[in-house]
Amino acid sequence: MSLTAPGGATILDHVTASVPASGITVLAGPSGAGKTTLLRLCNRLEVPTSGRVLFHGEDVARLDPLQHRRRVGMVFQRPTLFPGTVRDNLAVADPSADDDRLGQVLEQAALDASFLERVGDDLSGGEAQRACIARTLLTRPEVLLMDEPTAALDPDARESIERLGRALADGGLALLWVSHDLDQVRRVADRTIVLIEGRIATSTEADAFLRAPSASEPTDHAEESSG
Amino acid sequence: MSPASSISWAGLAASLILVLVALAVSWRGGLGLEASIVWSSARAAVQLLVTGWALVLVLRPNASIAWSWLWVVAMIGVAGLTVRARAREVPAILPLSILATSAVAAVSLGVIFGFHIFPVEARTIIPLAGMMIGNSMTAVVVAARRVVGELGDKRMEVEARLALGQSWKEASRPYLREAMRTAMIPQIESTKAVGLVFLPGAMTGLILAGVSPVHAVQVQLAIMYLILGSVATSVLVIGLGLTRRLFTPDSRLVRLERVAA
Repeated sequence: MSLTAPGGATILDHVTASVPASGITVLAGPSGAGKTTLLRLCNRLEVPTSGRVLFHGEDVARLDPLQHRRRVGMVFQRPTLFPGTVRDNLAVADPSADDDRLGQVLEQAALDASFLERVGDDLSGGEAQRACIARTLLTRPEVLLMDEPTAALDPDARESIERLGRALADGGLALLWVSHDLDQVRRVADRTIVLIEGRIATSTEADAFLRAPSASEPTDHAEESSG
Repeated sequence: MSPASSISWAGLAASLILVLVALAVSWRGGLGLEASIVWSSARAAVQLLVTGWALVLVLRPNASIAWSWLWVVAMIGVAGLTVRARAREVPAILPLSILATSAVAAVSLGVIFGFHIFPVEARTIIPLAGMMIGNSMTAVVVAARRVVGELGDKRMEVEARLALGQSWKEASRPYLREAMRTAMIPQIESTKAVGLVFLPGAMTGLILAGVSPVHAVQVQLAIMYLILGSVATSVLVIGLGLTRRLFTPDSRLVRLERVAA
């Protein structure tokens, strides 16, 4: 599939990739490689200029977009909590969820029920991101798209999100995780897809990717691009 | 004392003294507004004189009332062009503002004439439609710019809502509500302050024309309430219409231009 920006710039160029229905697949590559765009295509926040996005073999364009977005949840780079308490935020995802269910998703996101009445603005970056993950889990997604979920966080919070990601994957959720940090790829990936300048560079099991001599390229490139 | 329903050309010329005062203030204070003051004063004179002469033709006793309705249509068109000039960053603003002001004209004139608040005559249709459309036009500009501003500034929040499976209607509701409040509050505030701080135009005009203040107040109150309803109608139509336009049928937020300060 391909995606061209309104100005004519090619963001994704004939990308073909498949993501397994379990484990953590990391989408790695330098800044501006099209990783976030690829993730947004999976959630249908973008549509391809040409080609198709398939989910369980079905063309996403033929699925109900609202239901599809609940099956394929998305966590953004910056923790994006809505005004109000964590409870208010969770109500956006499922207004009918009772306290047991809210407590359950908070626990999955390594938060306790006392967070329900906490105001979003009072949470640390890591807590806010975990609350965002809990909010997404409330829709009972089959896949979780994580768009550099630790980029705006300190090392401790980053570590807690990585642990949480692993726990969710071990619990049966498929994660597609965008990262340009090679150390993070090493820590979390079961499988890696490398995207450079809108094209798939490699698509391998994580072990093979990390053993390859060129494995340091994405990070080096990323530092150059984002610096 | 005779009613002050008209002034002489000499009287009009004398009122220019106050324009000279404005010019003097600008010149002494180094404000650099002299050219703007002269241009706006001259433009107002030409526009109003042309309008006045045109009204003489339309308000002739034997003139068809169709001319008055045509006048209303022209006002809606001019209001659309004015809104477009003031809110260029807003997509499809011309058709949407024409839709909003048409809705205002239909609702407000429908109430005015349907409930026989005023008789259906050229001398009522044109000034009343002018007041409704003129006040709504300002509200339409504010609402349209705020809708685009809110959805653009809070794009991350809006997309986070969409990503949770909310429809465009649900995802845009908090931001649309904020934009509509911003557009309606000035009119509500001026409705509150009327009579305490300022005497509005229609009432002032009627008193100057010799009508008893109580009757002038009755007319003014009816007009204020109608303007409030017109502003609400226009804000609702532009808000819903524009928000719909800013999302694709599959609930994706389109790219928006930044709103100039």
